[in-house]
Amino acid sequence: MSGTTAVDPVIASLVHQTAEDAQEMKPRSELTAAELMREVGAVLRMSEAEAAALGSVEGLEPDEDQTMILNMGPAHPSTHGVLRLMLELQGETVLRCKPIIGYLHTGMEKTGEALTYLQGGTNVTRMDYLSPFFNELVFAMATEQLLGISDEIPERAVWIRMLMSELNRMSSHLLFLATNGMDLGAVSMMIYGWREREEVLRFFQTVTGLRMNHNYVRTGGVAADLPRGWRDGVLHLLELIPPRLDEYDLLLTGQPIWRERLQGVGVLTPTEAIALAATGPTLRSTGVEWDIRRAEPYLRYDDVDFDVIVGSYGDSFDRYAIRLHEVRESIRIVHQILDRMPPGDVRLQNKKVTPPPRARIDESMEALIHHFKLFTEGFKVPEGEVYVAIESPRGELGCYLASDGSAKPYRVHIRAPSFVNLQTLPHMMRGRLVADAVAIISSIDPVLGDVDR
Amino acid sequence: MYGCVVGDSYGQTVVFAARDQYLDAVKAMADDGFSMCVDLTAVDYLEVPERALPDGIAAERFEVVVNLLDLAGRNQTGGRRLRVRVQVPGDDPAVPTLFDLYPGCEALEREVYDMFGIVFTGHPDLTRILMPEEWEGYPLRKDYDVGAIPVQFKDTGAR
Repeated sequence: MSGTTAVDPVIASLVHQTAEDAQEMKPRSELTAAELMREVGAVLRMSEAEAAALGSVEGLEPDEDQTMILNMGPAHPSTHGVLRLMLELQGETVLRCKPIIGYLHTGMEKTGEALTYLQGGTNVTRMDYLSPFFNELVFAMATEQLLGISDEIPERAVWIRMLMSELNRMSSHLLFLATNGMDLGAVSMMIYGWREREEVLRFFQTVTGLRMNHNYVRTGGVAADLPRGWRDGVLHLLELIPPRLDEYDLLLTGQPIWRERLQGVGVLTPTEAIALAATGPTLRSTGVEWDIRRAEPYLRYDDVDFDVIVGSYGDSFDRYAIRLHEVRESIRIVHQILDRMPPGDVRLQNKKVTPPPRARIDESMEALIHHFKLFTEGFKVPEGEVYVAIESPRGELGCYLASDGSAKPYRVHIRAPSFVNLQTLPHMMRGRLVADAVAIISSIDPVLGDVDR
Repeated sequence: MYGCVVGDSYGQTVVFAARDQYLDAVKAMADDGFSMCVDLTAVDYLEVPERALPDGIAAERFEVVVNLLDLAGRNQTGGRRLRVRVQVPGDDPAVPTLFDLYPGCEALEREVYDMFGIVFTGHPDLTRILMPEEWEGYPLRKDYDVGAIPVQFKDTGAR
């Protein structure tokens, strides 16, 4: 028996109404005009007739006898995990494409409803496993807004959060450079990207004890202060990485084969990007200057100097170049953070939210009680709902929390940038070759853990 | 504002649209500069039938929550973001689709349909997106039992 309670008539009628159509891409003969609109014309506000005309790729007469539907993935090395694409091909040209997802769906939003706000961080950090600090941060920020303590977070905690975010942006983009290189056949780039990322992760390990899934950013601050010698660790990274980025430029950016594979491939227009709610480097590559760090500064991003990198052609090369330059911008921000890191507390001194330090438990009955209450029951969060958005390496990472006044969130929703950005794939792939499909998937840098949650 | 009741939640503007106003109100917002539909989700308030809502808004079981974004920051509200909350009754969970205004809602609406069973009328491809297509029930509903899901290959007899 599956997980439903006694089948309620509403569900039964719904099943009947919607008939649970197949998720797969339909053959061309079963394609309705409305569905074709979805795939081609709706973004550009075209009429169905115009969209139908666009449905055929220039120079090719799509005839069902000549086209074939090919499954790419879910276990294909270039699909970054378990993304499955259905491609309608004529020869080597992609006519239509439909991403089919859900292979990594583990119901993390449902799990989130069963965990307290204190435990929630361990859950959300596993969603986008390449930028765990951002997930923790957005969840913590949403909780803090509901508690009304957003303005009381200690300065040092805020700057530590920023430091970890920017280092995480670097490690995430370095991994993108690695996988992008690997997908396009520049295998040595893969090794270089992983090598540099590992250096950053090593620093994370000294701070949080873990390379990934840190649960370091907590409601009211961060879990622990930076360890002794952290400054040397960061300086080591700041010295190590910039020359390596210059090497990447030498290895990839100016190289004719690299440019041939990326320039003009997977072009997205600003209109399309905005209509499809693409964010992050995908949106910025089209020339739209939108970075939440700049537009709606959170933490102390209004106190640091950095440039928002935008592209001009909206192609895969722009997306590559933007990420490469964003690593440099992050390095610039980290330099400023090092100069300005204030002393002080790293957690809000509010006994109702922050557990007492271990040493206090032995000497204070009150601390013991608070410790016990927090870890068994958790803290109660006032009724309300809130949406908080931050700029993750992949785009807008949002957290919608609804609270019913108990110690567990009533609803946790994560607006996953990879999930939304994936919708641009069919638009970027139309009329391109199968080999370009690999470059295009890679260029939006999806993390399937984030897509499926 | 946009013919709907307006509220405030932690400094964020929230528009409470009735179901029959929903499409027109969002259309007005799209014309007013909210060019991106950043997020669309839903909440099943089965366990909280009594909750704080502005006068004139009757609480229903489901709530569809839409977050709009104005990249240029020019609109009536003055803010960059706007949240629309629509009450959707449990015995007729259906709202019109925003697909024609924001094609980027396509996957988000499918996810809400998949998880809550809310039907988006007019959606071009309303199928399950995350769950397998033959799945029964809607996992994020509050009356969905999380226990007892049969485990594949458990009873192989090899033990």
